[in-house]
Amino acid sequence: MHPFAYVAPKTVSEAVSVLAEHGDRARPLAGGTDLLVKARANVWDLDAVVDVKNIPELMSLSINGAGLSIGAGVPCCQVYEHKDIQEQYPGIIDGASIIGGIQIQSRAGLGGNLCNAAPSGDGIPALIAYSAVAKISGPNGNREVAVEDFATGPSRTVLENGELLTSIEIPKPAANSGAAYTRFIPRNEMDIAVAGVGVFVQLDSEGKKFESARIALASVGPTPILAQKAGDSLAGKPVNDESIASAASLAKDAASPITDMRGTVDQRKHLVEVLTGRMLNQAIERARG
Amino acid sequence: MVATYETKNDYKVVGNTPIRHDGLDKVTGRAVYGGDVKAPGLIWGEVLRSPHAHARIKKIDTSTAEAMDGVFAVLTHSDFPTVDEREVSTGEDVVNLKRDQSNIMANKKVHYKGHVVAAVAAVDRNTAQQAANVIKVEYEVLSPISNVDDAMADDAPIILEGLVGDHLGEEVENTNVATIFRHEFGDVDNAFANSDIVIERTVSMSMIHQGYIEPHNATAIWAEDGNVTVWSSTQGSFGVRAQTAGMIGVPESKVRVNYVEIGGGFGGKTKVYLAPVAALLSRKSGGRPVKLIMDRSSIFEATGPAPGGKIRMKIGATKDGKITAADTDIMLESGGYPGSAVGAAGLCVFACYNLPASKITGYDVLVNKPKSAAYRAPGSPQASFAIETVIDEICEKGGFDKIQFRLENAAKEGTRRGDGVQFIRVGLEECLESAKESDHWKSPIGDAPEGKARGRGVASAYWMNGGGKSTCDLMLQDDGTVMMNEGSADIGGTRTSIAMQAAEVLGIPIEDFHPSIPDTDSIGFTGVTGGSRTTYATGLAAYNAAHKLVDELKGRLADLWETETANIKFNEGTFTANGDSIGIQELAGKLDPTGGSATATASVNLAEAGNAYGVHICDLEVDLATGKTDVIRYTAIQDVGKAVHPQYAEGQIQGGVVQGLGWALNEEYFITDDGAMANRSFLDYRMPTSLDMPMIDTIMVEVPNPLHPYGVRGVGEVPISPPLSAAAQAIKEATGKSYYELPVKPGRILEALNND
Repeated sequence: MHPFAYVAPKTVSEAVSVLAEHGDRARPLAGGTDLLVKARANVWDLDAVVDVKNIPELMSLSINGAGLSIGAGVPCCQVYEHKDIQEQYPGIIDGASIIGGIQIQSRAGLGGNLCNAAPSGDGIPALIAYSAVAKISGPNGNREVAVEDFATGPSRTVLENGELLTSIEIPKPAANSGAAYTRFIPRNEMDIAVAGVGVFVQLDSEGKKFESARIALASVGPTPILAQKAGDSLAGKPVNDESIASAASLAKDAASPITDMRGTVDQRKHLVEVLTGRMLNQAIERARG
Repeated sequence: MVATYETKNDYKVVGNTPIRHDGLDKVTGRAVYGGDVKAPGLIWGEVLRSPHAHARIKKIDTSTAEAMDGVFAVLTHSDFPTVDEREVSTGEDVVNLKRDQSNIMANKKVHYKGHVVAAVAAVDRNTAQQAANVIKVEYEVLSPISNVDDAMADDAPIILEGLVGDHLGEEVENTNVATIFRHEFGDVDNAFANSDIVIERTVSMSMIHQGYIEPHNATAIWAEDGNVTVWSSTQGSFGVRAQTAGMIGVPESKVRVNYVEIGGGFGGKTKVYLAPVAALLSRKSGGRPVKLIMDRSSIFEATGPAPGGKIRMKIGATKDGKITAADTDIMLESGGYPGSAVGAAGLCVFACYNLPASKITGYDVLVNKPKSAAYRAPGSPQASFAIETVIDEICEKGGFDKIQFRLENAAKEGTRRGDGVQFIRVGLEECLESAKESDHWKSPIGDAPEGKARGRGVASAYWMNGGGKSTCDLMLQDDGTVMMNEGSADIGGTRTSIAMQAAEVLGIPIEDFHPSIPDTDSIGFTGVTGGSRTTYATGLAAYNAAHKLVDELKGRLADLWETETANIKFNEGTFTANGDSIGIQELAGKLDPTGGSATATASVNLAEAGNAYGVHICDLEVDLATGKTDVIRYTAIQDVGKAVHPQYAEGQIQGGVVQGLGWALNEEYFITDDGAMANRSFLDYRMPTSLDMPMIDTIMVEVPNPLHPYGVRGVGEVPISPPLSAAAQAIKEATGKSYYELPVKPGRILEALNND
């Protein structure tokens, strides 16, 4: 690591211009829990660090009739301590509350989790399941990208030179819907997912039939994965063990993991099937209230 | 003849739980650790490490680094003086200076990834790091050896060129096996032939790390007068002195090692990695103080983990539950240089059992991994896992109760250990009896929730404990308090447990003691805090010093009272003679006319220690769909001799259990094909956290050690050993599958369950 500039802009456009000026040699700093590790390990060679915590848009957290908006710099603890989010978006809470320990959660946020683009990011599958959208500002204006399309590979994203994630927008969940996320880790906390599954289900008013579902996977591919077929397979199906098992099996097919120190291909595919079943059941329970 | 003691049971201080003297400074952050050390003009050192696990160094070009602004010195192996193949004691084991010199800075070859090849001293840490990164090293990359099978293959590349192996007394060249030794008695083959049950298994386990929180660090000044001053986190300042002086080629008297607090060692901080480098950098930098601190990945890759390896184990028994014979081959990974814990494993492996016939063969095997070091009861956990796994199977096959079987075959006073040594009074039978009567053993395990299954495992283990050399000085102050100097690094509250033993003799409250651990110029030789020797050996030095102080005070009082020393009696802090009496603390203020303050010092050198045994019971729950394990109840029963400070003794047992469970369930060096440790961070090196552990219940059995006046036995090490097999057997009971490879991680359980 060598000395670098610390810049703390007050507006998005100032941040964008500093990022654009330095290219790969500048990175936005929110909680810093990934940035500091990568800088110290010389994974990133930085000339400038752009602290975004003085930019109001990036620090705002709002929930209204249209949905939930999470500023890119908002730490996890603010998300999971928010009563309305707890009530309306339990799947988001599942992810936000297990990233690191309490100290990490007080700094790290879902925006950073998304930009870090680790396949194992615990915050991401639930965002995909809820059909969240990433809002991006850059030298050429603003754009929106579906969260499932945000990561393009391990530590790689759609962000172009000078672009900055400003917020994550999550639509208001329909009536009779529920969501859940879990991961498998060998320990109980403070660990990285061997496999993770987030699901969102919308049931009919009686809670007996799936209207729609989305299933997203972590740690079983180069990016978090939307298991489109697995989710779509549930639309119109009765809520029973058979439908769930068949969706879980399709989710397993959507996983394309590798064998590494955290687990093997077979173990991870098996876990996706088991966790998908468990999360569908939990989301159904939540949908039924 | 070894001194033995009759122990009593009505102690005033021993057995209580006073607040530790170093507690306030540690909880407030005032305590000074190696990383806190500052000195005027301090500069920073950094090292360059090998990216290859096995390679020849063709060329090192340091010119760019040397020319950088802010760089004071660059160091390679050629800057070290030539030393002979001399061995020095660290207080626990011996270090081969020449090999250790090559281990801390590679000479011609790198033996593992992370092996240091050069070092830099510069004005700040970033400059030092950048300078280290521009040193150019040309390597000829060789194929790495990652396990004992590959190392022992006929065509294996030779890791340590020039090594002459000692294979059962024969000198063997071109080998990766540094030593093969054997301990044997009785006719093993004949005994197996006459057994009703014979079971033979081969188990294996991964290399694992102690995982102490505080990183290795060293600060050194090599002054113009040739005196070297060192600060370094260590389990033994005298070990740092011997190793540093030896490797930099100066007499030990030229090196002064200052004691700093230590944030965990578990055996891994008996070896020296940075202090000689800091000293040589200091000399090359004109005597500036140079400081180095390791990062976590370097600690994993290049310090001294516990060896993994492979153990073949064969045990025979009669149908009525008597062991007939045991035979084992123990192959442990020494790492990049010779010297694994296989010798100690050979002493521990059968030590829980009274065997008619025994054969133990040990192999010390080099592999391209960091040079292994001591880790809490070195060799005992691996050995315990092997034998207890097979004993469990014998019990199942023969239908024997697992505790009763162990009781009927238990080692006791007079039993011969595998190497022939006969036990003095030991407490294994008492531990087994206590386990049998424990609430845990008597309580049913309870029903598992849907989708899960439960199992219970039981296992025992042995550790010989350590004796060795220790010194303690006592200085009675005018106000009746006692300044105490002792030489043992304080890892587990030993300042207090040592002072308590002097306080017991003197009848002075423990709160009136001021214990200190001075530098190596200011206290007599004291071995490393390790081997479970400190409360026993340094405690005995304190006990002896206290008795000497009493004798000194009797002499002074004889002057004051104008009587003969022999007339003065001392009991529970009070001197009496001819109807006069005075408390020791009151007397302290009246010593001026008798020659000033009274002091006493005592050194001990103990050839033997009282042995330690533990018996553990583990209840564990397995998620059958994911292979996730949760320990739900755990009881550790241990003979502690006499718990001087029961809270610390219990803490030692609990800490050992947690480390053992980590070894059993998730910890491992995950080695890639190119010989690198993939999981070199605490994120992926999966030690248990507090959230993974239930309350560890302890039952402390007190069978006094006849070698110590209060019956003290070493406590800290043996508790790491039984958890390996206790947990594995619990998982076996829960899943109906056997596990012969550690760790029994969820992936392995899942594989076993899905292979039906």
